Amino acid sequence: MAYSDKVLDHYENPRNVGSLDKNDPNVGTGMVGAPACGDVMKLMIKVNDSGIIEDAKFKTYGCGSAIASSSLVTEWLKGKTIDEAYAIKNSAIAEELALPPVKIHCSVLAEDAIKAAVADIKAKQLAKETA
Amino acid sequence: MSERQPIYLDYSATTPVDPRVAEKMIPFITEHFGNPASRSHPFGWTAEKAVEIAREEVAKLVGADPREIVWTSGATESNNLAIKGAANFYAATKGKHILTIATEHKAVIDTVRELERVGFTATYLQPEPNGLVDLAKFKAAIQPDTVLASVMLVNNEIGVIQDIEALGNICRENNVVFHVDAAQATGKVAINLEKLPVDLMSFSAHKTYGPKGVGALYVRRKPRIRIEAQMHGGGHERGMRSGTLATHQIVGMGEAFRIAREEMEFENARIRKLRDKLLHGLQTIEETYVNGDLEHRIPHNLNISFNYVEGESLIMAVKDIAVSSGSACTSASLEPSYVLRALGRNDELAHSSIRFSIGRFTTEADVDYTIELMKSKIGKLRELSPLWEMFKDGIDLSKVQWAAH
Repeated sequence: MAYSDKVLDHYENPRNVGSLDKNDPNVGTGMVGAPACGDVMKLMIKVNDSGIIEDAKFKTYGCGSAIASSSLVTEWLKGKTIDEAYAIKNSAIAEELALPPVKIHCSVLAEDAIKAAVADIKAKQLAKETA
Repeated sequence: MSERQPIYLDYSATTPVDPRVAEKMIPFITEHFGNPASRSHPFGWTAEKAVEIAREEVAKLVGADPREIVWTSGATESNNLAIKGAANFYAATKGKHILTIATEHKAVIDTVRELERVGFTATYLQPEPNGLVDLAKFKAAIQPDTVLASVMLVNNEIGVIQDIEALGNICRENNVVFHVDAAQATGKVAINLEKLPVDLMSFSAHKTYGPKGVGALYVRRKPRIRIEAQMHGGGHERGMRSGTLATHQIVGMGEAFRIAREEMEFENARIRKLRDKLLHGLQTIEETYVNGDLEHRIPHNLNISFNYVEGESLIMAVKDIAVSSGSACTSASLEPSYVLRALGRNDELAHSSIRFSIGRFTTEADVDYTIELMKSKIGKLRELSPLWEMFKDGIDLSKVQWAAH
C-alpha cells in the first residue's frame, strides 16, 4: 500500500503521544474503536477556564493511517475552543492526509474521538456546575 | 538503517535459485534445447537423459522409485492432480467424502471445495491449538465413504510437522487414499516413501532453491495408485500429465534436490542455531506468543504474535526486513490468517503475527539486526498503543465494553 508523505511523516514522527491526568476536571477523554476491528484511539484534551484547548495527547492502536489521523488532530485541536473542535469533520482529516478510500474510516474514528473527548469534558463541567 | 536492502526472511514464500542450480539449467535453455519427447534424434535424447537424471535425484531425496515421479508445474498443480485425480478415479468404488485439515494450503482447500461443488462432501478437521492433528479425531472423521485424505507434511505458515506415518497408517486401515502436500518439507525434514504409508505426495522446486514453475507428484506404484489425468494431450508422464516437459526447469529441480539431499543435515543444524537465536532474542520482548508447536516444527520457521500491536502498522515498521504477515494489509477488511484462527488465536493476536522464515543464505548478522529492529519498533508502537497502556495498568481488555464500529 502506498502511503502519502503526510501519513508517513505522522507515522514516523507522531506528535503529542501520551496521556493526560484523566482525573483532572479540566481533562476530557475520548476512547473509540475496538481491538477486534483493528483500531482503538484514545484522545485526551485539556481545556482551560476560557474553554480553549490547551493541550491534546493521543494513543492509537491501529494502522499507519489511524496513527496519522489521531496525531494530526492533536495538532489541530490545540488553541481551538471546544465548539470549534466539535465542528472538525472527518473529510478535512482525510483530505489533509490524502487518505485512500479504504482508509476513510480512520478519519471517521478520529472525528469520533474528538466528539467523545468533548462530550466527556462537557459532562465533567456539568457535574462541576451542579455539584 | 533505511539505506540497507531489506533482509530476506521469507524463505517459506520462495527461495532464491542456488547459483549451482542456475548454472546447471542454462545449457538446457540454449544449447540442449531438444524436446525430451523427441525419440528420433540426439537433441531429444540429450534432453530426455537430463530429465531422467533429474527424476532420479527427486526420487532419491524422498526414497521413491524414479518411475513414481510425475513432473508438474508446481505444488499447486500437483495438489490438484492428486486430489481431483484420485477422488474422481476411486469415487465410484469407494465413495465421495474427502477428509482434510482446516490449516492446509489454499491449493488443497480450494481444490477440495471445487470437488464439493461437483458433488463430493468434505470434512475440514480443526487441528489442536498447537497446529498438530489429533490422531483420534482424524480417525473419527473418516467415514465409510471417505475416498481420500489430504494432510500437509509441513505447514507453510507455522512450520509444524504432522505425524504423517501415523496418519497414513490410519488411512491404510480404512482403505483411504492418502495424499500429502510436501511443498514446504523437502530439504527440511527427512522423507522416506519406501517406509511412509503415503500414496501421493506433492513437491515444489522453488521452496528448495530450485526454479519457480516446476514441481512433481509422487504416485505410488506398490500398491499402485491410479489417478485421472487433469491435463490431456500427448500422453506425457505415462498419461498422467500431458504437456512438453520444461527440460531446464526439471534439470534445476533435480539439481536443487540433489544439493538438498547432500547438505540438508548440515544446513538444518546451522539454520536451527539461527532460528533459536532469533526466538530467544524476540522472547525478551514482553507479551510475545509463538504460534504453533515448537518441538514438532522445522527449524526454518518462526511465527510469532506481538500482543497490543496492530498488524498493519507492524508491517510498516518492519519494512527493513522482508517477512510475511498474517494480515492482508491492502484491503479495508483486514482478514486475519485462517491458519492462526484455526489454532484458536483471537483476532488481535492473529493480526499481529509475523512469519520469519530462515534459509540457506541467512547470516547471524541478519538475525542480530532483526532482533534489534523488532525490539525497537515493537517498543515504539507499544508506546503509541492505548491497549498496551491498559494492559500495563492491569485492565482486562476482554472485559472492556468496546464501541465496535
